[in-house]
Amino acid sequence: MVGSAVFRVEGLRKSFGQNEVLGGVSLELHAGEVTVLMGANGAGKSTLVKIISGVYERGGGTMSLAGQDFAPNTPAEAIRAGVVTVHQNINDGVVADLDVATNLTLDRLSGSGAPFLFNPARVRREAKAVADRMGLAIDLKARVSDLSLADRQMVAIARALAHQPKVLILDEPTSSLSSAEADRLFALVDRLREQGVAILYISHRMSDIRRLADRIVSMRDGIISGVFDKKPLDYEGAVNAMLGRKIHLDQIVARSSAKAILTIDGLRIAPGARPISLTLGDGEVVAITGLVGVGKTALAETLFGVRRPLAGAMTMNGKPYAPGSAGEAIAAGVFLVAKDRATSGIVGGFNLERNVSLPFLKRMANLGVLKRRLERATARRQIEELGIVCRSEKDELASLSGGNQQKVMVARWMAQDATLFILDEPFQGVDISARRDIAAKLRASANGRATLLFVTELDEALETADRILVMSEQTIVGEHRNAEVDLDRLLAEVAGGPLHDAA
Amino acid sequence: MTLRDHAIRYGFIVLLFGLVAYFAIAADGFVSPQSAVFIFQSVAITGVLALGVTATLVVGGFDLSIGSVATSAMMAAAYVMVVLEQNAVVAVVVCLLIGAIVGLINGWLIVYMRVPDLLATLGMMFLLVGLQRIPTEGRSIATGMTMPDGSVANGKFGDAFLALGRHRFDFFIPNLIPVSVVVLLVLAVLIWFFLEYTRFGRMMYAVGSNERAAELAGAPVKAYKIWAYVISGVFASIGGILLAARLGRGDIASGNNLLLDAVAAALIGYAVLGAAKPNAFGTAVGALFVGILLQGLTMMNAPYYTQDFVKGVVLVVALVFTFALSGRGRG
Repeated sequence: MVGSAVFRVEGLRKSFGQNEVLGGVSLELHAGEVTVLMGANGAGKSTLVKIISGVYERGGGTMSLAGQDFAPNTPAEAIRAGVVTVHQNINDGVVADLDVATNLTLDRLSGSGAPFLFNPARVRREAKAVADRMGLAIDLKARVSDLSLADRQMVAIARALAHQPKVLILDEPTSSLSSAEADRLFALVDRLREQGVAILYISHRMSDIRRLADRIVSMRDGIISGVFDKKPLDYEGAVNAMLGRKIHLDQIVARSSAKAILTIDGLRIAPGARPISLTLGDGEVVAITGLVGVGKTALAETLFGVRRPLAGAMTMNGKPYAPGSAGEAIAAGVFLVAKDRATSGIVGGFNLERNVSLPFLKRMANLGVLKRRLERATARRQIEELGIVCRSEKDELASLSGGNQQKVMVARWMAQDATLFILDEPFQGVDISARRDIAAKLRASANGRATLLFVTELDEALETADRILVMSEQTIVGEHRNAEVDLDRLLAEVAGGPLHDAA
Repeated sequence: MTLRDHAIRYGFIVLLFGLVAYFAIAADGFVSPQSAVFIFQSVAITGVLALGVTATLVVGGFDLSIGSVATSAMMAAAYVMVVLEQNAVVAVVVCLLIGAIVGLINGWLIVYMRVPDLLATLGMMFLLVGLQRIPTEGRSIATGMTMPDGSVANGKFGDAFLALGRHRFDFFIPNLIPVSVVVLLVLAVLIWFFLEYTRFGRMMYAVGSNERAAELAGAPVKAYKIWAYVISGVFASIGGILLAARLGRGDIASGNNLLLDAVAAALIGYAVLGAAKPNAFGTAVGALFVGILLQGLTMMNAPYYTQDFVKGVVLVVALVFTFALSGRGRG
């Protein structure tokens, strides 16, 4: 199965200004092998990928593809040479307003040799061939903007594969997929591996890595800090090489709470769904886990007043709670760190300080006039509290790594005391060390409020929560105290067994 | 900061001073209080409109109806005083109401009817251009005009109203600064303070940059958007009042250039101090820049018909500064 190195990178360097991002990276990819690249955010993974895929110019070093010198000036050149990249941001890979068929054949519409006229029948024929080759079960006439995120991802990958690449780079491809969808992706990766494609797979997810990796390459601070290719693979060693310190898989000491903060009674969030009843206690960190699309975000939005429940009632600290808007929820002390920070959290035009103060401007203003000194002091305090790595509170968020951006989002809502603190997928696109920092901060500050997390990854729930609830089909189907969790039962509930079996 | 950062940040200001220095040497009489006041006066009305449209740009919108709001306000002021024979206060109140109501309708169309901002305000522009001609069957309004029904309109512009266009305040030199310039400066400071130093202004920027994030931070996004159009409408109607007071009649043919000049000033404002976003200070500087350039060229005997071309060049250069050089326009 192991072939010779089809793609080789040697001594690759790259700096942005005085900031050296890559300090001499050497890497080999073999045909018919999946090489997993691990690295914390800011380690230089994205920069490496962008150089290989022709987006950035390299600062130094050499690259070769099948013995030939490889120096793409544009992404199109890289693709033509047979090095294809599926980027993390799915919407970069598809054109939302066109249908699936056109998306799959988009790259044949331009370049030399492309016919002058657009022939819909031919496009559909070619698209069907591409879709069949990778077992894509999506209506080819559907508009991409109407597809789910997961389907868009599959289209983006299928589009990349239409080039029949020698080297395929997948940048965190499963970050927005449910596990069933991820399985489809893994099957595809297996098939490509058998066809002899050299695959570079970038991921944070241990489950992906265990499932796919033939080799693991760890990256830290712009250099390769470890290569692991002896079977059985040393996963722990790879993680350590990436973090540069021993991570402690501390078992959570599960707390229980005496005083109820929020009581939900008979809440129905979707037509036909069974009602949800639960109680969240003071000082408790509760994680709700479940697959993508089971209603986690709907429940979070209902608690935050952005969405109305179909039935049921909520009580907070003994008083009825029925928020009509986000503003009302915030006034009642219910804060939400929303899912997907890029679209629903970060205000791109604002610097760090202004992003932090955003929800609490009213409390930071006198007769409408902002107290700028208080705003700055708050931002500095929060940078300190969460250990945000930045030059100052005036930094643009775009200059921070993903993990630090997420810390800013959490810091924003931790600037004031919450009664109920909700975090929807707070660890998405966050490296392991930032994730641990955030989780530790949440647990350390948990007293005086109820904390509710929505996570798809089971690991994240196990690492963070006192109590784990499982969601399936828009309702809660199981409950576990995070001490000697019965993983088999939990997984069965996640997978959506018959409802009468569930708790 | 690198040289490039400095160029982006101060380039336009340096250009402005360079221009002043050049005209000071090349054009006789360019450096004088009267000349300065004339420049301010020439940009006062477009400046007021530009400050208003800045508010809509801040929330990520656009208001193409400002020019027609201004001319409608001008016609309404003339109609109220000349035909209905009311006093100046009534005329001013009617104008402001028109601005506020048009702003509300624009906001309603955009927020609740989901019409894209450019199209909604374009429609409103056509509507107003037509509406302002209906009461007089397309004629300009002046004292002694014959009405469609054959009667003669005997009302006249009140002295108080005309003073808005003709009175000059003493400032070291007697009778130096016209009311319109004072209005411009006051409104510029007001809107600048509002956008930069109040939580409402801050939220408006948040709405313009990421609407969903602003909503999830508890902001009433719809209300902010509608308010932005109301501000724009009211500022435009103030511009219309100044125009009516300057002309002393309801001139159906005036005010054609208001929209383009105002929008140009606001967009030039993006480039000032490397802001790369709509901002009140930039808008004011943008308006002044155009005024200085035109005044200087006029004093150097450039023909009047080159003016629009010059404005266009300035706008394109400013947009290049903003979007290509700073790189922030790419988001």
